[in-house]
Amino acid sequence: MHTNRILTLSDGINLPRRRFVKGLAMGGALLGLGISPERLFAQSRAASTQPMLRGKHFKLALGPQHVNFTGKERMATTVNGSVPGPILRWQEGDSITLDVTNNLAESSSIHWHGIILPTEMDGVPDISFNGIAPGQTFRYQFPVTQSGTFWYHSHSGFQEQKGHYGSIIIDPITPEPFSYDREYVVMLSDWSDENPEDIYAKLKKMSGYYNFAERTTDDLVRDIREKGLDQTWTDRSMWNTMRMSDRDLSDVTGYTYTFLMNGQTPADGWTGLFKRGEKVRLRIINGSAMSFFDVCIPGLKMTVIAADGQNIEPVSVDEFRIGVAETYDVIVSPKDDRAYSIFAQAMGRTGYARGTLTPDPALTIDVPQMDPYPLLTHQDMGMDMSNMSGMDMGSMENDTKEMGAMSNNMHNMPGMGGSKQQMAGMAMDMGGTPGHGSKAEIVHAKTEFGPHVDARAQAPQYRLDDPGVGLRNNGRRVLTYADLRNLYPTPDPRDPEREIQLHLTGNMARYMWSINGIKYADAEPLQFKYGERLRITFVNDTMMNHPMHLHGMWSDLETGDGKRIPRKHTVIVQPGAKISYLVTADARGEWAYHCHLLYHMLAMFRKVVVS
Amino acid sequence: MKTKIFCIAATLMLTTTAHGGGMNDDPFLTMLTVDQFEIRAGEGDTPLVWDAEGWLGKDLNKLWIKTDGEYADGQVEETEIQALYSRAIAPFWDLQAGWKRDIRPSPDRDWFAFGIKGLAPYYFDVDAALFVGKNGRTAARLQFEYEFMFTQRLILVPEIELNFYGKDDSAVGIGSGLADTEVGLRLRYEIRREFAPYIGVNWTHLYGNTADYAREEGEDADDFRVVAGIRFWF
Repeated sequence: MHTNRILTLSDGINLPRRRFVKGLAMGGALLGLGISPERLFAQSRAASTQPMLRGKHFKLALGPQHVNFTGKERMATTVNGSVPGPILRWQEGDSITLDVTNNLAESSSIHWHGIILPTEMDGVPDISFNGIAPGQTFRYQFPVTQSGTFWYHSHSGFQEQKGHYGSIIIDPITPEPFSYDREYVVMLSDWSDENPEDIYAKLKKMSGYYNFAERTTDDLVRDIREKGLDQTWTDRSMWNTMRMSDRDLSDVTGYTYTFLMNGQTPADGWTGLFKRGEKVRLRIINGSAMSFFDVCIPGLKMTVIAADGQNIEPVSVDEFRIGVAETYDVIVSPKDDRAYSIFAQAMGRTGYARGTLTPDPALTIDVPQMDPYPLLTHQDMGMDMSNMSGMDMGSMENDTKEMGAMSNNMHNMPGMGGSKQQMAGMAMDMGGTPGHGSKAEIVHAKTEFGPHVDARAQAPQYRLDDPGVGLRNNGRRVLTYADLRNLYPTPDPRDPEREIQLHLTGNMARYMWSINGIKYADAEPLQFKYGERLRITFVNDTMMNHPMHLHGMWSDLETGDGKRIPRKHTVIVQPGAKISYLVTADARGEWAYHCHLLYHMLAMFRKVVVS
Repeated sequence: MKTKIFCIAATLMLTTTAHGGGMNDDPFLTMLTVDQFEIRAGEGDTPLVWDAEGWLGKDLNKLWIKTDGEYADGQVEETEIQALYSRAIAPFWDLQAGWKRDIRPSPDRDWFAFGIKGLAPYYFDVDAALFVGKNGRTAARLQFEYEFMFTQRLILVPEIELNFYGKDDSAVGIGSGLADTEVGLRLRYEIRREFAPYIGVNWTHLYGNTADYAREEGEDADDFRVVAGIRFWF
């Protein structure tokens, strides 16, 4: 069993070259705001120490705070004056109270991501409550009924992008089924000196604004030399016909982002200490606004023990992709007296967050090279690869024409505003036993046709064992969703009573996002019947990964074994793919259901009503 | 006309509403792109030429303003302005309708404008419009543009514009049929996305009666020039 738990989270160290006020910027505003003795202790140790609050009663203050991540001073939106905010450590079984005071000039909120609680404590303005007005204090109060690694963040406007997030550790009542000697939170995030409103406006004006990896004439010349003109033309014709880019991995990139690990820039790096032979538990959280990370520690195998705070059957990997809002707990056992790099490269390879695990602050290690820029494939466009074996040009050309024709269809005037079509394609035939996904036909609703949707997947497949673009066949053992098996028997083994098929849709060039072609502002809520077991099948008609997050209830991801269905709160839907999970509608009230990419979320969002 | 534009803008703005948590997925935005702001060096004078377009509005409905013109010898020699309501009708296409006024050369000519603007397969930017004026005047304009990316910042842009007219209009020196073509090739370097100096060449050619009218004025029907300018947007 773990032993050193209390001490280890304040074992961070101070590197000599660290600039003062780097991330963990402490503000005068903090004084008198209920800082626990432990917090003061942490602060006095070192600037890189992760502040932690524990107990049953927490006082949190939301406020502006000067930070400097890039050499330029900027105003962040913080919890208790630091980016990230303090680690909150709760005990399963406790009833906790959190008094959140809003010292900002605008309304704010805190959403406890992945925590099962009453709807009015969920912290989503206009759904669970009215938000916290400037100067007001809101009291969150709920029983803690789960354990594991989670996080919290603002659910108001774009505040999360400005630093309003932090981690949650919940200690279990019963001993954990694994042991470790030391633990660290590894919070990954993305910081921009730009105002998020400006980022959003730029994406609307020029969706490729942040993409500096587009194909160039150099690539063309090289491709023609290597593959010949015919093959080059064929390879590119579909992308060109669709007017899409196989280099379109991330909307917002390292051009504006500085990627952070526990609030430390890549230049500084976060540092965690270990003693040789110790088992170190890393609680890795992706608190980014827009960035997926591929995480590895060269030289160390990582044993993944929990996904989204829920224990899974341990699986040993070299690398894993963590989508926005996901969490993974891993245990590593460094055998040597050497430093190891914790390397989290952004999926689009435009930058990385990094840290060092080392037995001695004096020992450092070179930062690994980033992998090459990945390219999207036909598979990521939702095409059926089995029809294309050996690059059958005939069928490929047909597909190309078909898809191009649809994109060009000028007769499909938009059914904007109306939501009559929303239910179309929702009442599906049953089929697919629990754990094995859906057998329902893929139906594109009429609302998916129009100027607001630029593509529809023709043959979306389950791709559970696909590590995703940029990680395929990279020579490393990469975690996939197919590896996730619940450590415990499936909590609700019932067959689903019904299935809801939801299509993730958008128009990249216009930077418009929606579900079933209908944006949140125009959508009717989804209705769940209290107590029912239902299946959600997502079809991704876009070329982006979308991390879909259902509030208030677990997403029981169908990874192939009905007896050991893992529970998640955030599920990545890969481009052109489908994925299914089961939900037990055991939480009455109104809940948010959305893509967790901050700039997609405004429109790719649904309210769920459980009644 | 100003009132009309104001009314359209006001209507577009008033439809802006915020939704849950201050989330407005479709904010009212404005954009101005000065695609060409350049001097054209060749035989004779060296005019300053601009070609700009801007919009205000939301995802699917916008008010577009387009203007281009030429300034030489201390006066504006050619200029026109368009104000168009633009509605998205397909993923990559907008339908645009409104009003165009040719201000120089005098006298003014007013037109009803109707066109489509968008991105064709293989990434060709297309702007195609029909114009209907007083006294049975008609015109059509086709514009195509492409971007070759040598690098992420060094971009070569070939473009071509063709203008057609339904009948002669000697007062402003326009002949019926294909009146003129303009072919440009500009190489720009994007210091930022929003700001790019460029150099290039521009070749205009007049045809038929349009060419004859020009010659009567002592102008050449064929004009090849080296250009240098800046492109910027915000």
